[in-house]
Amino acid sequence: MTAVRGAFDRVRFYVREFSGEAAYDRYVAHARGHDPDAPVLTRRAFERARTDAREADPREGFRCC
Amino acid sequence: MPEPGSRGTEQDTAGSAAAPGSPPAGRMTPKSIAVWSLVALVGAAGWAVLALSRGEEISAAWLLAAALGSYAIGYRFYARFISRRVLQVDKTRATPAERLDNGVDFHPTDRRVLFGHHFAAVAGAGPLVGPVLAAQMGYLPGTIWIVAGVIFAGAVQDMVTLFFSTRRDGRSLGQMAREEIGPFGGAAALVAVFAIMIILLAVLALIIVNALSHSPWGVFSIGMTIPIALFMGVYLRILRPGRVTEVSLIGVALLLLAIVSGGWVAESSLADFFTLEKETLVVWMVVYGFLASVLPVWLLLAPRDYLSTFMKIGTIALLAVGVVVAMPTLKMPAVTDFASRGDGPVFAGSMFPFVFITIACGALSGFHSLVSSGTTPKMIQKETQVRMIGYGAMLTESFVAVMAVIAACIIEPGLFFAVNSPPGVVGTTVEAASQAVGNFGFSISGAELAQAAKDVEEASLLSRTGGAPTFALGMSEIFSSVVGGTSMKAFWYHFAIMFEALFILTTLDAGTRVGRFMLQDTLGNVAKPFKQVSWKPGVWITSAVVVGAWGYFLWVGVKDPLGGINQLFPLFGIANQLLAAVALAVCTTLLVKSGRLKWAWVTAVPLAWDATVTLTASWQKVFSEDPRVGFFAQRDKFQAGIDADKVLPPAKTMDEMHTVVTNATVDGVLSALFALLIVVVLADAARVCIKAVRRPETVELHETPYVRSAIVAPAGLFPTAEEKAELAAAGLELASGRDRGPAS
Repeated sequence: MTAVRGAFDRVRFYVREFSGEAAYDRYVAHARGHDPDAPVLTRRAFERARTDAREADPREGFRCC
Repeated sequence: MPEPGSRGTEQDTAGSAAAPGSPPAGRMTPKSIAVWSLVALVGAAGWAVLALSRGEEISAAWLLAAALGSYAIGYRFYARFISRRVLQVDKTRATPAERLDNGVDFHPTDRRVLFGHHFAAVAGAGPLVGPVLAAQMGYLPGTIWIVAGVIFAGAVQDMVTLFFSTRRDGRSLGQMAREEIGPFGGAAALVAVFAIMIILLAVLALIIVNALSHSPWGVFSIGMTIPIALFMGVYLRILRPGRVTEVSLIGVALLLLAIVSGGWVAESSLADFFTLEKETLVVWMVVYGFLASVLPVWLLLAPRDYLSTFMKIGTIALLAVGVVVAMPTLKMPAVTDFASRGDGPVFAGSMFPFVFITIACGALSGFHSLVSSGTTPKMIQKETQVRMIGYGAMLTESFVAVMAVIAACIIEPGLFFAVNSPPGVVGTTVEAASQAVGNFGFSISGAELAQAAKDVEEASLLSRTGGAPTFALGMSEIFSSVVGGTSMKAFWYHFAIMFEALFILTTLDAGTRVGRFMLQDTLGNVAKPFKQVSWKPGVWITSAVVVGAWGYFLWVGVKDPLGGINQLFPLFGIANQLLAAVALAVCTTLLVKSGRLKWAWVTAVPLAWDATVTLTASWQKVFSEDPRVGFFAQRDKFQAGIDADKVLPPAKTMDEMHTVVTNATVDGVLSALFALLIVVVLADAARVCIKAVRRPETVELHETPYVRSAIVAPAGLFPTAEEKAELAAAGLELASGRDRGPAS
C-alpha cells in the first residue's frame, strides 16, 4: 500500500511540476523562506502576474518547430 | 586563457565522496563493458540489415535497433566526452538557477521535469514533417542523416549552447553572438531569427491548410480547439486559477470528443459548411493568427499550450509503444531513383544537399539554440546536467523523427507519392494520379487510392502535401493494427491531424508574438513609442506586419502552380540550418576564446558540414540552370514563356505564369540573402577566433564569475553509486524527486 502511495505521490509531483501547477507553492516557499510572515500574492494574483509576464516578453516559454 | 571556473576539471568523476568499492573514475567495469558491447552489437545489427537488404521489405524493428543503439552509444561515450573533456562541466559551480533563484523564472528545477520542459519546447511539428518529405529518396538517406546528424551535430549544438548560456546567466543566442563575436554577427543572428520565423510560420500554416482543405471532419475538430482553449483560459483565470492539471484533463477529454464529433459533422448536413477551399482557409489562418497574437496570453495561448503539450507528450509516447507493438514492415525502397536523379516530385534537387536541408528538426535544428539559450539555462540545477537535458532531449526529438520516417515508409509508396506530389504532377483524379505514380515506378490503382481516402473518411488524399497527412496515414495504419482495425482508421487519422494542428496553431500564435516583439524592439530605435511593448497601436501594427509577412508566403504557397511545399520547404530548411550555423559559430568561437582550440573541432566540424550543406543548397537554389531546382532559372523559363505568349505547364493561365515569375524571384532573392548572412557570420567568427589564437591576452570572456554550489543533484537520469553516496551524505532521500540540497 505504501509503495502504491509513494508511486502516486511521485507521479503527482512530476505532473504538478511539469504543468507549472506547483509554481505558486514554490513562489510562496521562496518568499517565506527567510521571513515566515512575508506578504505574498494570492494565488489568483500570482497566476495573473505569471501570464502577464509572458505577455510582456513572448520569448519566455517559446515553442520550436 | 582557461575559463575561471574550469579549475578542478573532471569534477563529476573525481569527487571525494566516491562510494567504497566503486571503480576508479573513467575506468569501465567488466559488467559495463559487456553491456555496452551488447548495445553496440544491437545497433550494428540494425545498420547491417538496413545496409544489406535490397529489394526485400524489412521490419521497422531494424530501423529502431539501428537508431536506439546508436543513440545509446552516442550518449554514453561522445556526449560524456564532450561534457567532461571539452566543456569541463563543474558540479561545484552554482548555476544561474541557484545563484539568482527568485522562485519564478530562475529556480533550480528537478532534472527530469526540466528534461520534459526542454523536450516539449524543442520538439514540435518539424521532426514530423521533414523526414516524411525526405522519404521520397527512400528510408535510408533520411535515417542515416537523422541518426548521424543528431549524434555529431544537433545534440552537440543543443548541449554546448545550453552550457555556454548557463555560464552567462541564461543569455540568449543573439546576445551571446553580439557580446562574443561582435555587432555584425549579432545583427546577422537577429535578421536570421526573424527571417526563419516568417518562413517557418508560413510553412507550418501551409501544412495545416493542405491537411484541412475539403476536409469537413478536420476543419470542425480543429475549429473546436478554439472554444475549448477559451473555456480553459477562463477556467484558469477566473474559476480556479493555476489548476492546470485538472483543466488540461477536461480539455483533452473535450478534444477527443471534438475529434469523434468531427466524424458525425462530416456525415451530416453541416458538412458543406465546414468544407473549405484552400484560399478560404488561408484567410481564416491569417485572421486567426492576428487575433490570437493580440488577445491576452491567458485567454488563448496559455491554455492551448497546455493542451498541445499534454497531447504532444502523450501521443509521442503512444506512438513509440504502437511502433514497438505493431512492428510494421517498411514498404518504401531503401533508396529510390530520385536520390541520384534529383527530380523527385516532393522536393527538387539531389540527395546532397537537399536531404540535409529537408530534414532539419530531428537531426540539426538551429531553432533549438533559442530554447537552449534563454529559458532552460535559468532552470538547470547543475552544469553536469547539460548532457541529459541538452543532448538527451535532442536525441529524443531525433527518435520522433525516426518514427516519422517509419510512418511515411510503411504506407504504400504509390500512396505516398500520390499524397505528396503537387497537383501539377499527379493531376486531380485518382486515375491520373495512379498513372503519374506508375511513371515513377510505383504501382497503385485508382481504386486503391480511392479506398485509402475512404478508409480515413476524406474526399481525396491527392496532393495533400506538407507531410502531416502522410504522417497521419502512417500513424493510423500503426494504431489501427493495434486497436480497432480498419474501422478505427478514420479516427486515428484525424487524431494525428489534430495532434499536429494543435501545436502548429500554438506556434503560429507564439511565433507571431516573438516576431512582433523583435519588430517592436527594432522600430523602437526609430520611433520611441514602439519600445513600449504594451502600447496598443504598436502591438496592432507590428502584429499585422508579421502576420502579413507569413500570410504572404502562405498565400503564395497555396496559389503556386509548382506547389507551395515544394518551393517553400527548402527555404525553411536553409533558414533553420542558417540559425544552426550561427549557434555553432558562437559555440566554436567560445571554445577558442576560452583556450580550448584543440577541442574546437567538436563544434567546428558540424559547423563546416552545416555551412557546406547550406551554402551548396543556396548556391543551387540561386544559380542552378535546372528550372526545377534554381529559382532564377525557373523565373527565366517562365518569363521567356510570357514573352513568347505561351503558357507552360504546370501553369494553366497567363496569370499563373506571372505568379510563378514573382514567386521564383522572391524565393531566389531570399536564398541569396540567407547565404550572404551565413558568410557574414562565419567571416566575423573566424576573425574573432584568429585574433583569440594570435593574441590570447586580448580575449575578453563574458562569463559570470565562479560561485560555489550548495545543491547536491545527480547529473544523469539515474544517480551513480558515487552520487548516491553524496546524496546520502547531504541527508537527501533518494528518488524523492526532490534532490535539492539544503536551502542556501
